[in-house]
Amino acid sequence: MSTQLPESERPDADGESTGTSTAQQGRLERKRAGTAERQAREESETAGEVETVPLEVYRYDPDVEGKRRPRFDTFHVPLEQGMTVLDALIYARDEFDPSLTFRHSCRQAICGSDALFINGEQRLGCQAQIADLDHPVKVEPLPHQAVEKDLVVDMEHFYEQMRSVEPYFQGGASEADAAGEEQLQSRENREKIKMSTRCIWCGACQSSCNIAAGDNKYLGPAAINKAYRFAMDEREGEDVKDHRMNVLEQEHGVWRCQTQFSCTDVCPKDIPLTEHIQELKREAVKDNLRFW
Amino acid sequence: MSQSYDRGLVEDFGRWREFSAGMWAWVLHKFTGWVLIGYLFTHVAVLSTAVYGSSIYTETIRELESLLVVRFLEVGLLAVAVFHILNGVRLLFVDLGMGLDAQDKSFYASLVLTGGIVVASIPTFLGGQV
Repeated sequence: MSTQLPESERPDADGESTGTSTAQQGRLERKRAGTAERQAREESETAGEVETVPLEVYRYDPDVEGKRRPRFDTFHVPLEQGMTVLDALIYARDEFDPSLTFRHSCRQAICGSDALFINGEQRLGCQAQIADLDHPVKVEPLPHQAVEKDLVVDMEHFYEQMRSVEPYFQGGASEADAAGEEQLQSRENREKIKMSTRCIWCGACQSSCNIAAGDNKYLGPAAINKAYRFAMDEREGEDVKDHRMNVLEQEHGVWRCQTQFSCTDVCPKDIPLTEHIQELKREAVKDNLRFW
Repeated sequence: MSQSYDRGLVEDFGRWREFSAGMWAWVLHKFTGWVLIGYLFTHVAVLSTAVYGSSIYTETIRELESLLVVRFLEVGLLAVAVFHILNGVRLLFVDLGMGLDAQDKSFYASLVLTGGIVVASIPTFLGGQV
């Protein structure tokens, strides 16, 4: 009985219920206004007043007779404020052609799925604002990778290069590691590797790199950046760093970089890739210099 | 697994209009490097005429200098060499990790400087023998 509400609070409960009904009315009014607005918009659309963006999309499908030869399809997507290329592609797929194929997931430049070749530059579809681009917007799959279907490319080689630098923390520098405890990093060291940890494995840099295109053994900017992230981490032991430098110093490691700055220009996370590669080159030289 | 389509390298130099500063610097550095190597061969050929006596060497040089084409080529050679040197210095700084944020500006600076030096050299080169 003690948990029941006292008699005196009952009117409050009544007031609340009347409050809900006014809130309900408010919602209904907003809903009606929304419907009217939508109807007005649809009418203007049928009147052909809506602004559209022409989207030229690369199409290829080995399983469909008419698409074995790559071609470009143009979609006219209704423009909305803040629309990204990914939004436009999703609209084109949902409204015009359900067979249009492309990778996407988080829509906020974190997952790294939708790196595309947009108007001649590697960008993330979800990051590229239509308003910033020249029309028509030309969307192609990433260059220098085999096209599987439409905008989907084979990323296996890229992932292989990433794996080859052992992209995981190996520790071994401190007693904390030996004792199985938390290994702390100094602020300065964290700042040093901060930018390199931003990589989302989208493959834009690898695709932009002229050298990586001509030399399949070249590790490529993303993998070297990944190696930098761990080689520069003070919590990894000397022998681990030596092992990492051994991989990077190979002929097709850091030395293949010819500082075109293409990777740095296209990186959607603004990682100073060339700077990191150059620093590893200097490390490699220091490792091998002998004065006797 | 279905087949895939290899687009190859076609789009690379076909899209030169979209090249950024760093890419142009790379292309020009390669190009000027090869031109300088090519020049080295003609240079050795001309110098080796001295084997047959000093007068033959002088005669060869005089004859070459009397040709307008050669004088134009010399201006070109200077342009190529100066750019290669200046961009080489730029690359040295890049290798040292200095001024990487200004790599595009330093490329434009080396281009402008090359242009200036070449223009200044035109009267001397095209004027022929003094």
